[in-house]
Amino acid sequence: MKNATITLAHGNGGSESKELVESLFYSTFGNSILNNSEDAALIENGKLAFTTDSFTVSPLSFSGGDIGKLAICGTCNDLAMMGAKPKYLSIAFMIEEGFSFEELRHIIKSMHDELEKNDAIIVCGDTKVVPKGNVDKLFINTTGIGEVYYNGISASHLKEGMSILVSRDIGSHGAVVFAAREGMALSSELKSDCASLYPQVKSLVDASISIVAMRDATRGGLAAVLNEWASSSGVTIEINEASIPICEEVQGICELLGFEATALANEGTFVIAVPVEEAEKTLEILRQTNQSAAIIGTVNNSYKGKVVLKSSWGTQRFLELPTGELLPRIC
Amino acid sequence: MSIELKDLYDDFRDANVIKAYAKQIAIDAKGLNRPIGIMEVCGGHTHTIMKYGLPQLMPANIHFVHGPGCPVCIMPKERIDHAYTLAMQENVILITLGDMIKVPGSNGSLQDARAKGADVRFVYSPMDVLEIAKTNPTKKVIFFAIGFETTTPMTAALLESVITQKIDNVLFHINHVTVPEVMTVLMADEENRPVENKIDAFLGPSHVSVIAGSDIYQPFASVYKRPVVVSGFEPVDVMQSIHMILRQMIEGRSEVEIQYSRAVDKKGNEKAQALIRKYFEKAPFFSWRGLGKVANSSWKLKEEFSSYDAEKIYKDILPTKECQDHKLCRCGDILKGLATPPECTIFGTLCKPSNPIGSCMVSSEGACAAYYRYGNMK
Repeated sequence: MKNATITLAHGNGGSESKELVESLFYSTFGNSILNNSEDAALIENGKLAFTTDSFTVSPLSFSGGDIGKLAICGTCNDLAMMGAKPKYLSIAFMIEEGFSFEELRHIIKSMHDELEKNDAIIVCGDTKVVPKGNVDKLFINTTGIGEVYYNGISASHLKEGMSILVSRDIGSHGAVVFAAREGMALSSELKSDCASLYPQVKSLVDASISIVAMRDATRGGLAAVLNEWASSSGVTIEINEASIPICEEVQGICELLGFEATALANEGTFVIAVPVEEAEKTLEILRQTNQSAAIIGTVNNSYKGKVVLKSSWGTQRFLELPTGELLPRIC
Repeated sequence: MSIELKDLYDDFRDANVIKAYAKQIAIDAKGLNRPIGIMEVCGGHTHTIMKYGLPQLMPANIHFVHGPGCPVCIMPKERIDHAYTLAMQENVILITLGDMIKVPGSNGSLQDARAKGADVRFVYSPMDVLEIAKTNPTKKVIFFAIGFETTTPMTAALLESVITQKIDNVLFHINHVTVPEVMTVLMADEENRPVENKIDAFLGPSHVSVIAGSDIYQPFASVYKRPVVVSGFEPVDVMQSIHMILRQMIEGRSEVEIQYSRAVDKKGNEKAQALIRKYFEKAPFFSWRGLGKVANSSWKLKEEFSSYDAEKIYKDILPTKECQDHKLCRCGDILKGLATPPECTIFGTLCKPSNPIGSCMVSSEGACAAYYRYGNMK
C-alpha cells in the first residue's frame, strides 16, 4: 500500500473503508460468520444476532439527537436489520478528563429513553477516563445481542424482479452533522433522522412481508447499501433518480456544498428489498411511520454488480460507492 | 415574497425542458456540414455534463471536448510541494479550499501531511481564515489560495480584512489563475489538433464572468471565429447553450452570447475587479499542469504586500524543482482536450478517486473524477 498511514477516508464507509476491512481485518480474522459481512453476525445456529459499534460524533448534540441516542439506535438498528429483536446491550465509555457531568447525565438520559423504545436493557459496561486531549470529549461503544425472529435476511439474496424501497427521505443525519460541525447557521427545521427502527421492522414482519434484504443506510448512505447489495447478490439495482425522497433542506445543503444526498449518512433510515408483488403493501406500512417512504427501483441483470441511476430525461449512469472524505467543492 | 434555494435550480432541471432541447438539437444538428466539438472550459460544466448524462442526449455529430478549467487539476506538483512543505513547518496552520487537500504532490497530499501531524484545514469561505487566525494567535496561518477569477476577489477581500483588522499571523500563498490566456494557448495550437479533438466553439465559464464579465471572451469570437456562449451550470442551462452554439454554427455567426443572463453581463463585477487590482498584479507566468508556462495567466501579490507573501517569506525552504507527472498519467492531454479519460491506460485501474495518480481524478470538477463517477456506462 502506497499510503502507509490511516487517513480519514478509511473511515468514511465507502471504498477506502472496504479496502481496509478486507485487506487487513477479514484477511486476519476471517471465518464463516464474519465473512458474511452483514450488519450483525448470526450466531448459535442463527438464533442470536450479535453486533458492536463505536460512536464518535462532533458535535455531541445535534438537531434531532445526541451521541447517546445514536449509540443505542446504531447497535439496536444493526440487530433489527437482521430480523432480530434487540435484547441485551453493553456500553463502554471513554471520557476525556474535564467533561461536564451535566452533559453526561443528559446523554445517559437519551440512552435510557431509546432503550425503552427497543425494549432492551444494558447488562454490562465499562468506564475509562483519559487525560485531557487523549480523546475528543466522549467516545461510546455499544455491543448488542438480539433474538432472531425473522430468518433469511441477507444482502446476497436479491433476484431479478424484486423491488427496492427506502423507509423515508435520505441524508438528513449527514446533512445536520456536517452543517453543525462547520458552524453553518441553517434557518431550517432540519433534524437528524436518528431513530430506532425495530418498531417499523416489527410491523413489517407482523404484516407477513417477505423481507429479502434490509439495511440501515448509515455511513456511505444509500449509495453504499445499494452497491453492497448489487455486488453481494451479483445483480443490477436500477434506481429511478426522481423517486429517491430527498427533503428540500438536505437538497439545499447538497447544492451549497456539492454533495450527493445518496452518499450522506443516515441513522434511522433503511433500505429494503421485497418481492415486487409485496412492494405496495410494504410501502403502505412504511408510510405509517413516515410519509416520504418510497419505492425507488427494481432488480435486474443488465450490469451485474452495479447500481444504475436513471434520470427522468432518459439518461443513465452508474451510482458508485462513495469515495474519500466529504469535501465541499470549490466554485 | 421570499425566494427559496430550490427556486435557484428547480426549473433548470426540468425533465420536459431537457428532453425538448435534446429533440431540437437533434433536428437542428442535421444542418451541420461536419461534426463539431464544443469545449466546456470550466470543470463545473464538465461535472454538470457528466452528472446529468448530457453526452447521451447529443446527436452523433456533436461532442464535448473537456477543457482546463479546474483549479485543482491544473495545479502543478511543485506548487503542491510548496503547500506540503509549508504545512509541515512547526506552528503553521495551512488552510485551503476543498479538494486541494487530496491532490498528490511528490511527497504526498496535504491529507497525508495531516495524517503525519500537520495542521491542515479547509474552509468554505476564505473569510473563515480570520476566525482561525484570531483563535490561534501563536500560530502562523497560511492561506493557500487557489481558483480562477471567481475566487480571486475573496482572497483580496481576506487580505483587506487582515490589514484593516491588523491581524499579524496570516500569510498568503497565491495560486490564482485566469481563463482567457489559457484559452488563447489552446487556440494557438488548434491547427495541430487531431480532427476529433478540434474546438469549434466554447461553452464559456459563467462564474468567471460573474466577476470578469463576458467581454473577456470577445477575441475568441472576433479573432478566432469561435462561437462562445456563457452558460449556467444546470442541465437546462447547458442544453440551451448548446442549442445557441448550434444556431450560431449553422447561421455562420461567431459571437459571444450570454445564456446565463441571470448572473452575467458584459462588464462583470467592477468592484470585485478593482479589489483584485488593489492587491494583485499579473505574474510573468504560471506553470499549468499539462499546458506548461502560460504568460500573464496568474496573479501575485503586489510588492508592497510582500510581508504577507508566504512564497517570499519561506523562499529558502520552498522546493523549486519542477516535477514530472506519472509517466502513464495523461492529465496533461486531458486538460488540453486532447484525450478523454477512458483513453488513459491507468484510468479506473491504477488511478481511482481513492488513489489518484493525476490531479484530474481528484477534484469533483476534474474530467477523470467526473467520468469515473458518472460517465462510466458503456
